[in-house]
Amino acid sequence: MALLSMQNISKTFPGVKALDQVSLDVQAGEIHAIVGENGAGKSTLMKVLSGVYPHGQYDGEIVFGGQPARFGGISDSEKQGIIIIHQELALVPELSIAENIFLGNECASRGVIDWRRTNRRTEELLKKVGLSEAPTTKVDNIGVGKQQLVEIAKALSKDVKLLILDEPTAALQENDSRKLLDLMLELKAQGVTSIIISHKLNEVRYVADSVTVIRDGQTVSNLDAAAGLSEDEIVRDMVGRDMTHRFPDHDRTPGKRLFEVKNWNVWHPEHAERQIIKNASFNVRAGEVVGIAGLMGSGRTELAMSIFGRSYGRNISGSVELHGGEIDVSSVDRAIAAGISYVTEDRKALGLVLDETIRFNTTLANLKGVSTGSILKRNEETSIAERYREVLAIRTPSVFQKTVNLSGGNQQKVVLAKWLFTSPEVLILDEPTRGIDVGAKYEIYTIINDLAADGKGVLMISSEMPELLGMCDRIYVMNEGALVGELDADQASQERIMSLIVNE
Amino acid sequence: MDLAKNDSQSTTTVETKGIGEYLSSHLRQYGLLFALIAVMVFFQIVTDGTLLRAVNITNLLLQNSYIIIMALGMLVVIVSGNIDLSVGSVMGFIGALAAVMIVNFEQPIFLTILTCLAAGGLIGAAQGYWVAYWKIPSFIVTLAGMLVFRGLSLWLLQGQSVGPFPKEFQIIATGFVPDVFPAVLGQGLADLFGARQVNVLALTTGLVAAALVVWLGLRQRAQNKVYGIEDEPKSFFIARNVIVAAALIFVMYKLSLFRGLPNVLITMGVLTIIYAFITETTTVGRRIYALGGNQKAAKLSGIKTERLTFLAFTNMGVLAAAAGLVFAARLNTATPKAGFALELDVIAAVFIGGASMSGGVGTIVGAVVGAFLMGVLNNGMSIMGIGIDYQQMIKGLVLLAAVIFDVYNKNKQG
Repeated sequence: MALLSMQNISKTFPGVKALDQVSLDVQAGEIHAIVGENGAGKSTLMKVLSGVYPHGQYDGEIVFGGQPARFGGISDSEKQGIIIIHQELALVPELSIAENIFLGNECASRGVIDWRRTNRRTEELLKKVGLSEAPTTKVDNIGVGKQQLVEIAKALSKDVKLLILDEPTAALQENDSRKLLDLMLELKAQGVTSIIISHKLNEVRYVADSVTVIRDGQTVSNLDAAAGLSEDEIVRDMVGRDMTHRFPDHDRTPGKRLFEVKNWNVWHPEHAERQIIKNASFNVRAGEVVGIAGLMGSGRTELAMSIFGRSYGRNISGSVELHGGEIDVSSVDRAIAAGISYVTEDRKALGLVLDETIRFNTTLANLKGVSTGSILKRNEETSIAERYREVLAIRTPSVFQKTVNLSGGNQQKVVLAKWLFTSPEVLILDEPTRGIDVGAKYEIYTIINDLAADGKGVLMISSEMPELLGMCDRIYVMNEGALVGELDADQASQERIMSLIVNE
Repeated sequence: MDLAKNDSQSTTTVETKGIGEYLSSHLRQYGLLFALIAVMVFFQIVTDGTLLRAVNITNLLLQNSYIIIMALGMLVVIVSGNIDLSVGSVMGFIGALAAVMIVNFEQPIFLTILTCLAAGGLIGAAQGYWVAYWKIPSFIVTLAGMLVFRGLSLWLLQGQSVGPFPKEFQIIATGFVPDVFPAVLGQGLADLFGARQVNVLALTTGLVAAALVVWLGLRQRAQNKVYGIEDEPKSFFIARNVIVAAALIFVMYKLSLFRGLPNVLITMGVLTIIYAFITETTTVGRRIYALGGNQKAAKLSGIKTERLTFLAFTNMGVLAAAAGLVFAARLNTATPKAGFALELDVIAAVFIGGASMSGGVGTIVGAVVGAFLMGVLNNGMSIMGIGIDYQQMIKGLVLLAAVIFDVYNKNKQG
């Protein structure tokens, strides 16, 4: 009998159809895997299921345990025993394991917590998930893998009927991942039904009884493990969309080797034992657009930011060369002076001073370029901002508009303007088209092509594989902090990239 | 999406923007000026003209000089996204240091002043070090500093008042700039105005300053036109400049009828101009706004955010020391209680002047006008004989009202 049946679920955001008639059936007592690319709609589907998007905000029907389910919020779905564990853990680091497990659900009478009972029950739950820590240990003091187990213990404390794990192993080391997957199998033996969302097909094959593949907000296939799961088949289903003319034409003849990074190693800034980047070496030629493909959490942003003035990580080692000579990138201003620019993936938090004007943001990374001594030439600044507004087609009534008032695409262009004004030789673009509409994407692609035509080297990080395939001359594939492959444009395909990622 | 729609909307608003809309989008700047004028008119009436008498205007400037000097540094600290609670204590400590050096140890005045300014810088640097490089919240570091320097003042003065200072030191705060123009000219003008005496230097300074303000305004406006920068409506430009110029001339005229230009006014004026210039037109100023507006983005733009924070606190220390010297010279004695709770007046002035608690927003001129607004309230209420209890309540409510006004304005625009 199906424990859960979601029928023809559709969910529309302004301008985007995130889910289009998706159906999902989960049998009682099984582990069901949902796979798909970033942005395919997996998380949206789970948000519909858990009531984050309450009944009425989506179309379609949910039947849970034989009853039609209409959740008004996440507490409704939890009451029914549907518990979701998100990718970003929702634990309070300063509280103990026991306090976290019973947060909002304390063992208390008249508001007074019974600590003996709390700790005893915590011990039982921890034994169930195989975690040997004292209930009073602060969550901050245990690693990510153990925190994941605490989350599961918390779910078990709530009498879970359906456990949903959203990319549970994304932040885990190999053996921690294996432990977690084994725990899932054990819970299954105890009768707990779970859904796992994952990119890692070897893991999916290891635990899943059935698989639903989602692509572009639609269900592509339902596969049964009993009939045998083929990774090739899953990969094809995940990425198999046709490429239309979404990219401006380009004809590039890359020149000499411009930028080269050798043996780059980076450790996590807080967890000193975690190596984030493992011996990465790559290069970019003049006039070349090079892509870095990989899943979220594979270390692409960390790689870029650690190169750009050591803005991420510690114990960084390796060398960076430009025009064949080693350059000093030990601080952001030195990296900029050497000719490196990094356009962040998070323009609002890291790219712009939102309360300031377009002019202010355009010149921020190169104030020397608009000043004599240290006195700003504000009129010249205005002309420069105006020039970039024209060249990049930033749609705004004036360069004195605050950037907070601009659309995502225009904000991204302001960030690009800021970095172009530093006259870089190498631009590292991190998710340059994230969250902007199709028209603006095309314009950004055109800008990138112009940069390459100008002889600059472009390193482009993206989660959208079609974008990399449509834009890049060469693609490096990154997985778990290491560059696991390099493909020329003519041999690259989504299937090949995916299989490089999943066949670690 | 919604954002794209917003774009097209704002395009149309710019085209149809009238005087009313201009006023509502720049309400904050004009509001502050109007509030100051309204408060002055109010007290001028209820005090039967005492407020704007020459001697009282002189007093008003002297009374608020040290607040304004510190407000300049505080504005920088607050724009950078921090706060300094220690300035009242540091000010008192430096006054004590000056008193001990001059009165007890008979050190030369010039050396004392240099030592005191350096000590202030050192104190600011010490606090800034922990804030900038150790990322300890400035609230905590300077709260600690507030206690430490309050204690140090007590220790240094042995719990007693030390004074009086020699005349040469007192003139820092109580002296006046001698009239460089021939006395005949002053006498002639005095006869013309029907006054007892006229300080020609003060009057001339007022006229020159007024002319300068208008000239700079016109120049900026002409340049804005060349670069197609949206500007305030002409009527506003004229009204604002007439009010500011008239106020300058009026204040200077009043001062000229009394004893002329106080030394402190010159110090204050020059410092205000310097800091306004630094914050508005230098790269350092620009970086401080970026730091306060979005520290991470500033850092990723190559700005040395730690060093900048450190410098903001060091600068604050030097200005607190300068204020301490002025304060001690004005009272002609250093007391262990000097500067007690003064940091709150300074911080209030900066917030009334439109700065934002979260950093990145605020102007020097705003902070100075904010300080004067508080000063006029203090002065006016004292003349009226309103008790200190009511004064505190009213000042508190004015601060709250100013900030509520800010938030309301921001929400309406957002």
